[in-house]
Amino acid sequence: MRVEPQALTARLQEKYGPAIEVLPDPTVTTILVPPERLPAIAAELAESFNLLLDLTAVDWPEYFEVVYFLWSVPEAEELRLKVRLPKDRPEVSSVSACWPAALCLEREAYDLLGIVFRGHPDLRRILCPDDFVGHPLRKDFALAQADRWEEGPPAR
Amino acid sequence: MASVETVFLSGDQWLKNWLFSWGMPESWVFLCTVVVYAVAVLLFVFANVIFLVYLERKVAGYMQQRLGPNRVGPGGIFQCVADALKLLGKEDIIPASADRGLFRLASLLIFIPATMLFVVIPFGREMIVADLNVGLLYFIAVGSTATIAVLMGGWSANNKYSLLGSMRAVAQMISYEIPLAFSLLGVIMLAGSLRMSEIVAAQKDLWFVVLQPVAFITYFIAATAELNRGPFDLPEGEQEIIAGPFVEYSGMRYALFFLAEYANLVSVSALAVTLFFGGWQGPWLPSWLWFVIKVYFMIFLFMWVKWTFPRIRVDHLMGLAWKFLLPVSLVNVFVTGTAIKLFQAMGW
Amino acid sequence: MPESTKELYTEEITLNMGPQHPSTHGVYRGILTMDGEYVVGVENVIGYLHRGLEKIAENRTYTQFIPYTDRLDYLSAMLNNLGYVQAVEKLMGIEVPERAEYLRIIMAELQRMASHMVFVASFALDLSGWTGWMYPFRDRERILDLFEMASGSRLTTSYLRIGGVAEDVPEEFWPALKALLADLPRCFEEYDGLITGNEIFQARTKGIGILDVATALAYGVTGPNLRAAGLAFDLRKARPYGIYSRFDFEIPTGQNGDSFDRFVVRIQEMRQSLRIIEQAVREIPAGPVRAKLPKVLRPPKGEVYHQIEGSKGILGFYLVSDGSTRPYRLHIRGPSFVNLGAFPLMVKGGTIQDLVSTLASIDIVLGEVDR
Repeated sequence: MRVEPQALTARLQEKYGPAIEVLPDPTVTTILVPPERLPAIAAELAESFNLLLDLTAVDWPEYFEVVYFLWSVPEAEELRLKVRLPKDRPEVSSVSACWPAALCLEREAYDLLGIVFRGHPDLRRILCPDDFVGHPLRKDFALAQADRWEEGPPAR
Repeated sequence: MASVETVFLSGDQWLKNWLFSWGMPESWVFLCTVVVYAVAVLLFVFANVIFLVYLERKVAGYMQQRLGPNRVGPGGIFQCVADALKLLGKEDIIPASADRGLFRLASLLIFIPATMLFVVIPFGREMIVADLNVGLLYFIAVGSTATIAVLMGGWSANNKYSLLGSMRAVAQMISYEIPLAFSLLGVIMLAGSLRMSEIVAAQKDLWFVVLQPVAFITYFIAATAELNRGPFDLPEGEQEIIAGPFVEYSGMRYALFFLAEYANLVSVSALAVTLFFGGWQGPWLPSWLWFVIKVYFMIFLFMWVKWTFPRIRVDHLMGLAWKFLLPVSLVNVFVTGTAIKLFQAMGW
Repeated sequence: MPESTKELYTEEITLNMGPQHPSTHGVYRGILTMDGEYVVGVENVIGYLHRGLEKIAENRTYTQFIPYTDRLDYLSAMLNNLGYVQAVEKLMGIEVPERAEYLRIIMAELQRMASHMVFVASFALDLSGWTGWMYPFRDRERILDLFEMASGSRLTTSYLRIGGVAEDVPEEFWPALKALLADLPRCFEEYDGLITGNEIFQARTKGIGILDVATALAYGVTGPNLRAAGLAFDLRKARPYGIYSRFDFEIPTGQNGDSFDRFVVRIQEMRQSLRIIEQAVREIPAGPVRAKLPKVLRPPKGEVYHQIEGSKGILGFYLVSDGSTRPYRLHIRGPSFVNLGAFPLMVKGGTIQDLVSTLASIDIVLGEVDR
């Protein structure tokens, strides 16, 4: 399967309908995918894009945006995949079955932004302590919050 | 020169005469001299350990393109004194979950065999505390009891790292005891005696290292393992099990283990000199000085090896002992025996 | 107990390794399940050094964040600087003066060598090769001296600026650099003689902690760890950034993907870095070292992902701007963080000594893992 990005997106649009949107980005092909289509598309893309370089999320005022940075190492091609999730229920399927690299990257996004990845085998906090309250990279996270831990701050 | 040669012996004689002049019965004089011998041996051990720690750090320093200790005293010579004082002044911490009795006992027990070994070492002409007719056997038997103390310390600390370390220590020491003993067998066959003074006397014309090079190499490797020195320092294994059996020890108790380790280094080197390098024999210089020079040469060899090689892996360690050293030492015994018989038959 | 009389009763033990442990390279903690000396399973526990750098970035201007990047992988500050400033430059479309580009290359490759020297040294030390520890540090010291001349600081350099470098290097920098370049080939030979050729070292590292290409890519492992498995994937060639396309160098690769290959690949990479620096020193033009930029940087709305070949793997900066003076979101892909994800896989079934050597061979820095 050729991984030439334009042809690929055209093929994806043909297969999954116009819900697949190409976002304007001068540096790299970026596709916006509806969350419910992600498992199928990820499985298809994983055949050619063999490296999930990075995975993160951004807290926009209207939605959460999960970004997948894909690389096809043999062809040296890049592709960026985006999923927008509602603010009240940021849930999306895990892609850890397609790219095991997502195992720790999804945990990080869960820890810092509170995105829930369904189907992740071990979705726990990774950088913050287990009893930490809140998700620090959300915009509504108060920096001067006194009580960061469920049982109050640790004794000094 | 003769007076320098016999300085210790005449001192001993003078002491005996002095005690007799007080009108002491012979048995009392004997008892007093034994105490003096014991103190002398202990002093020798302590002085050597203090100096060895300094020497090791200097040797390591120069091998690693740095200076080593150089602040306390001229050339840093008092660094180890400062360290010893620091260790003495430290709090003696015993973990709450440790078996307190065993934990305390282990640190003392490790030191006893380490000093007992010096009883059979001939330090110079006629300078031996007890010239037993089973001297070499005594050395091996007493030396191997140190394993018990290491196991005791590791077990009683109730720490998983200690346990792993002491298990390694036991496995390693038992495995390497066998090639060690077999490597000595060749020397015993040549000397025809277990008595240290006779082994030394048998090397009057030719050092056994020439006749028994394989035995010497086997002894050197097995002894390095017995000493828990690099590349065989698995029981301590700083990088993986931190300090093994000694991980919970602190202050003077830790220093005792340290002391025992360096005391063993001296005794094992002394045995190597006695068995393979003609003991105290040598021209011009007094015999005890020759002995010290040779011992320090051996110690330098041990240090050289330690600061050159990385640590061996635990399964390779066992493989080396059972699959390589043991067969080689057995073959050496066989060849030595055959050669002795042949030479006897040819009437040499 | 009648059961225990039939056969010897054994059980697995759980061993907590770290965060205070001599060979976890910082505050990594592994919960090991052990069957005697053998490792049955490992669980990574990280986050002991988490400082929330990504959150801090949202409250700093673009320029103010540069010193924070020094603290990511604190062994390769220059490379982190490079990744970050190039990301901002890409976002704003800034042209960097030629001389600054060359200075960046020289600094980045010196930093790569310095980082690999720490790797070589600490790998030797983790196998108890105490002497092997000192030799690379002797040479790294000279690189750090060069950094001190250029930036006034040895570890946390903050030398690169958006649009160039802080200032031109002083006069005495060039003779010192040339003397170092002349000595380095002999130093690399010393490492080979002392460590690579050692019988025990080879016995301890060959065939240990094997990671093949497919698994490495699946787990996102990049950098020397991936190249040791045999795939010549280096962003300096695959997607040249800065002026890397002008230099002539090779991508060293291994064959087996074991600890030994990971070690050898890094030594080879130092030799290639040396080649790049030699070319850069020859070709560097005179001229300004900083582009003319407004005092307050206000990038246009948009996002950019910039990835460079760091010393540990691909270092990525995802920068989202909302048109204000501060980043709306900054995400940092720490290569050590992702590489560590494959670690439990690599050590299963080995001894605890193999675990220590494998951890050393994947070369993690906890400042970057925990961010």
